[in-house]
Amino acid sequence: MPIALSRSLTGLSLALLAAASTGCGRSTAPLGASTDAAQRVYVAPGKYDELYAFMSGGFSGNITVYGIPSGRLLQQVPVFSQYPEKGYGYSEQTKAMLNTSYGFVPWDDTHHPQLSMTDGMADGRWLFINGVNTPRIARIDLTKFETDEIIEIPNTAGGHGSPYLTENSEYVVSATRFAIPTPQADVSIKDGVFGGMISFIRVDSATGHMALAFQLRVPGYNYDLSRAGRGVSHGWSFFSTYNTEQAKTLLEANASQRDKDYIAAVNWKQAEKCVAEGKAEEWTTPYAHNVVGKDGVARTEMLRTQKVLNAKTCADMMYYLPTPKSPHGADLDPTGEFIVGGGKLATVIPVHSFSKMLKAIAAKDFEGEVDGFPILKYTSTIAGEVQNPGLGPLHTEFDGKGFAYTSVFISSEVVKWSLKDFTVVDRIPTYYSIGHLLIPGGDTKKPYGKYMVAMNKITKDRYLPTGPELTQSAQLYDISGDKMKLLLDFPTTGEPHYAQAIPAELIRERQIRTYTLSENTDPYATLSEKNVKVERKGGKVHVYMTAIRSHFLPDNIEGIEVGDSVFFHITNLEQDWDVPHGFAMLGAQNSELLIMPGQTRTLTWQPNRAGIFPFYCTDFCSALHQEMSGYIRVSPKGSGVKLTWNTPTP
Amino acid sequence: MTSGVTPAGASVAGASSGTLRAAWRPMTGWSRALVAVAASSLGLLYLLPLWSIGLKAPQYPEGLGMYIWVDRITGQRAHELQSINGLNHYIGMKAIVPESIPELRIMPVLIGALIATGLLVALWGKRRALYAWVALFALGALAGLGDFWRWGYDYGHDLNPHAAIRIPGLTYQPPLLGTKQLLNFQATSWPATGGWVVVAALALVAGLAFREWRLARSSAG
Repeated sequence: MPIALSRSLTGLSLALLAAASTGCGRSTAPLGASTDAAQRVYVAPGKYDELYAFMSGGFSGNITVYGIPSGRLLQQVPVFSQYPEKGYGYSEQTKAMLNTSYGFVPWDDTHHPQLSMTDGMADGRWLFINGVNTPRIARIDLTKFETDEIIEIPNTAGGHGSPYLTENSEYVVSATRFAIPTPQADVSIKDGVFGGMISFIRVDSATGHMALAFQLRVPGYNYDLSRAGRGVSHGWSFFSTYNTEQAKTLLEANASQRDKDYIAAVNWKQAEKCVAEGKAEEWTTPYAHNVVGKDGVARTEMLRTQKVLNAKTCADMMYYLPTPKSPHGADLDPTGEFIVGGGKLATVIPVHSFSKMLKAIAAKDFEGEVDGFPILKYTSTIAGEVQNPGLGPLHTEFDGKGFAYTSVFISSEVVKWSLKDFTVVDRIPTYYSIGHLLIPGGDTKKPYGKYMVAMNKITKDRYLPTGPELTQSAQLYDISGDKMKLLLDFPTTGEPHYAQAIPAELIRERQIRTYTLSENTDPYATLSEKNVKVERKGGKVHVYMTAIRSHFLPDNIEGIEVGDSVFFHITNLEQDWDVPHGFAMLGAQNSELLIMPGQTRTLTWQPNRAGIFPFYCTDFCSALHQEMSGYIRVSPKGSGVKLTWNTPTP
Repeated sequence: MTSGVTPAGASVAGASSGTLRAAWRPMTGWSRALVAVAASSLGLLYLLPLWSIGLKAPQYPEGLGMYIWVDRITGQRAHELQSINGLNHYIGMKAIVPESIPELRIMPVLIGALIATGLLVALWGKRRALYAWVALFALGALAGLGDFWRWGYDYGHDLNPHAAIRIPGLTYQPPLLGTKQLLNFQATSWPATGGWVVVAALALVAGLAFREWRLARSSAG
């Protein structure tokens, strides 16, 4: 949701709430929660939550991990943003993760976490998430909760409709939200012809490694959200579009003129075929591919070519389904038959039928075409319209029991409706202005159901105020019965655009506790205290240091000079669970290091004055943690102090 | 000497004693078979840990532990021996380095010898031989326990005087058998599966020896 729109609609949403006479206002019922809520969300000390929830950190560029139903924050996983707490994007081993064709881009805006799938079910292996601003897709390894790979998406701006996996994780996708000249060109904004790009990125089923397979050059609309087909519709992917007006200025009005925009239905199996038949053009736009190697070190490969299909070379790969109005979600029910448009300015929720769509395509039931892509007739694809859905329906998930749940932004509520007859059966307010919602497994063949999480854009009076910027918030609802019940509010970081949840055991059983020291192949690893050393190579000094409770070795170094670049290659020799060591250096102009057991991390320090400089362990590791420190002597340039360091006492 | 052939009892000194003569007679077939089983069962010691030492502390809710095998010492889970050594350095205890413990090289040979002689006793079938083998087995087991105690004493007492944690009068000898609190750790020492095999085998052959002795007495009487 564009900020401008959300701001302008806030007043309207509050006015509607005030006018509502449902008795859910905070002056009457206890904050709108059901009476047994405390019991339902209480997870006793030392007990585990039922589900992991992975929430986008929005403009923090991270992923946050929560336990459901307690709403307890378990972890933050840095993805597209530098994160000094873990040294992510600062240590020499992780810096390359943030490389792009534009250079080092240490921030992005994370939106849509997606768990990897096997046969249409989340399998708990990897989590993918998109960066919108400088379009990228990241893969997080869920055995260690670390970002292992980031691929940049070329010829694209606003990587919003992403990553949305196909049902066996064959592909992740990305789609242009902000049309630009494709290929990029220096043209007049007013007169230039802008285009869009829908990208299919192949995921290796064994390693998870991503490779840009092909791109579809499509009309320059704003491609917003996506879902891949499943079950009957496997082989297709669906993308909502808005601004089919192709306005380039003041979009809030100019992109809201037409009654209907489109959902683009992409037959990716057909696109694959066109590529195999050599119909794709070869474009050359550089893009970065960053991968963590077996040695734990991230490296960048700058790639240059991509295969691009267009309507002329592969016309039957995409069809447009007219959909009212400026749709956000394009969501598929568990069977894959219904495609639900979240028309954020529509007065109904349109539900397309996949089987009707196939018939309409076969019958060439078209009402026109754009840039060579056929537009199907609305009446030929529509299965039904949900009447009275509230104002601003956005995004829909499913409980697997025949019901759909649609978030409704302007009237700030969730509506539950039946997939049988497309009628609303229940509605419940959110506090306030819900964006996406989440049902565990709600985008899979067999939803887990039971809970729904609303991710709200505005919190206003829900929490103790903290200056002008208030906390972001999610709300947990019980959807096990006929009526939805509010259970819990819990704060979130950044703006949680979307989230996915999965039964805890699918993740918990896969966790590694340490990195195996004997398998550490970092080029600068020091696997034993016997091997610690300091080497000077011109103005570069490499310190091969070890950390184990409760000391560093070497912990006294002399012979460093002002202007040197000192590389502290620190290996954590621990092989014990939950014993990371930290490393902080006085005056270092980057961050600390946080080094997991068995891991090697490198911090670069450029001392700019002479003196004695202490360093210390930042992560409380043991009873003698405070003793875990050392000194570096820095001498003026050219002073000739001999390079010396201490070694283990025999 | 050929198995199954009764040696001349008369050749034994004090030949008038019938019991003595009976002791040179063969065991029952059942006893011989069971001695063979007991001796063979000791082969499991090459596959199973002999002894288990467990440590529990507030910071180690799942506990840490190590196994003593005939030929090695390992953590109960990956890396636990290293973790135990890491913790022990705070109190100045020497690191447990299996490669430097000669018993771990000798024990496999001794166990092999015990198995071989046990099988020979079963084959030969003489009661006397059984008595001797049971005595050897029991003495070996006792010596092993004694040696284990000696190592425990050494680790617990021979502490680095420059260690971070020094508590006057406090030593850290682990219990030989049972549970003992050592600072924040509750240490438990107990036979592991292999140890129980030894206990069972020893009990079996001791029982057989007793039975054979009674049979010998009654036949002599």
